[in-house]
Amino acid sequence: MFKTISRAAAQRRYEKPAGAASLRRCVSIFLCLLCLSACKREQRQFSTPPATFKSYDVTMSDIRPGVGGLQMPVQNPADQHAFDANEGKRLYSQYNCSGCHFNGGGGIGPPLMDAKWIYGDRPENIYSTIVEGRPNGMPSFRQKIPDNQVQQLVAYVRAMSGQLRKDVAPTRNDTMNARRSEQRTERKTPLQTTEPPQ
Amino acid sequence: MMGRISTTARLIATLVLALCFAACGGIQNAINPAGPNAENISRLWWLMFYVCSIVFALVMIALLLALRKRTVEAADRVPVLEPPEESERRRRNVVISLTTITVIVLFVFLIASYSSGRSLRLNDPTKNGLSIDLTGHQWWWEVRYNDVDASNIFTTANEIHIPVGVPVMFSLRGADVIHSFWVPNLAGKKDLIPGKINTIWLQADKPGVYRGQCAEYCGLQHAKMALWVVAEPQEQFNAWRQNQTQQAVSATSDAQKRGQQVFFSTTCVMCHAINGTPAGSNVGPNLTHVGSRHMIGAATLVNTREHLAQWIKDPQTFKPGNRMPQNNMSDADLQALVEYLQSLQ
Repeated sequence: MFKTISRAAAQRRYEKPAGAASLRRCVSIFLCLLCLSACKREQRQFSTPPATFKSYDVTMSDIRPGVGGLQMPVQNPADQHAFDANEGKRLYSQYNCSGCHFNGGGGIGPPLMDAKWIYGDRPENIYSTIVEGRPNGMPSFRQKIPDNQVQQLVAYVRAMSGQLRKDVAPTRNDTMNARRSEQRTERKTPLQTTEPPQ
Repeated sequence: MMGRISTTARLIATLVLALCFAACGGIQNAINPAGPNAENISRLWWLMFYVCSIVFALVMIALLLALRKRTVEAADRVPVLEPPEESERRRRNVVISLTTITVIVLFVFLIASYSSGRSLRLNDPTKNGLSIDLTGHQWWWEVRYNDVDASNIFTTANEIHIPVGVPVMFSLRGADVIHSFWVPNLAGKKDLIPGKINTIWLQADKPGVYRGQCAEYCGLQHAKMALWVVAEPQEQFNAWRQNQTQQAVSATSDAQKRGQQVFFSTTCVMCHAINGTPAGSNVGPNLTHVGSRHMIGAATLVNTREHLAQWIKDPQTFKPGNRMPQNNMSDADLQALVEYLQSLQ
């Protein structure tokens, strides 16, 4: 009725599942740690540093005075977190950017979802465009929009032509989508243009 | 033994009664009704409370009686395989009658609940009534008073004035996520859903101030999304309404004029509207008559000079995560701005 098994066989039987369990445990711990690596995506800061109003160099054309291009390598902090890019999307419509640029297709103002840039495609260029204003209608929002919100808007404007990382760019709208979400927009290589707004 | 039980019972009864009285007052209390809707709901609540209390007490008494009925005798340990006909019939009758009583009680609840629900409906809401559009935003309430005469339409925020004894119809909308409108002293809850218009009506029979709150979790500052309903006599309401339909008073003193300049040249103007001035954005609450409101920040702070200044400077300390950014302005500018906003009566 009872099968007799050797001590060694019993040990083997005992050890085999234990090995599998420890492998499972390792995998699950690894997966949990993997989740932690995505925590920064949603990082947000409510108490923003006091508003500062900076201004950066503007790229109007490829011809520059002096030797070499004057590039300011500025990292836009809002480029790194999905929360900031989404806030930029909210502000884009609430501050009525969409009143002229529409949903990126352009109308009264130039389109923002294409690859062409009149005043530069770098974050600092877009920042300047928003803060200083530009000829032919773009108003200056100096002192009207706090610095961190301008950065969020810059992040969103760049997301419109697919310049942000896929995990940062906003996903589809709550309402009907007129076009693909920013996350699904393929990255376009920025082109400098002097073409005036239509 | 009996003496001790009755002492304990008396103590419990006193505590329960004290609890009831503790809940009797209050400006945010469903069992302190101030209108027909809340009256209906609280009647239903009390019916269920009393019936359930009686049932609970009877069950407990039956349980106690069963516990202390008698001592177990040796003869009782022998399992009864053939119970006598008489006791079997008695037990069957007890079960049948208790089941019947339960079903009857549940039907009474069903009918009471159904009739309460029906009485919450208003037959002719537009008749002599007042119509208000209420939009829930993260985390404040936009209130728009409708009227057939377009010049009488106006928008305010977080403070709803209503005349006593008049049914008020609310059209509820959600601007971003689902919120829920609940003024316990006046009516039940109703959700504000984006892309849909819900309606609810309420009526205040007693003048007074009632507090309402968002009753559907809507994000970080859900807990600080409250509003006041001010029920006042018709003449007083008419005067308030007459004032609200006016454009903002113009800045007269130097401080007010400077404050207005600060308002137009900083972040304020991007989100807030002041009727009668170029400020026309509707992202944040309309500030045309902000000086006349009792509270600021969706009933978070009393509307005083100090609170207003602190709120403008750093709203994130009072409601972390709310949509209003911190403002870095000089103290003189801030004082002038507060002066101007307080003058907007």
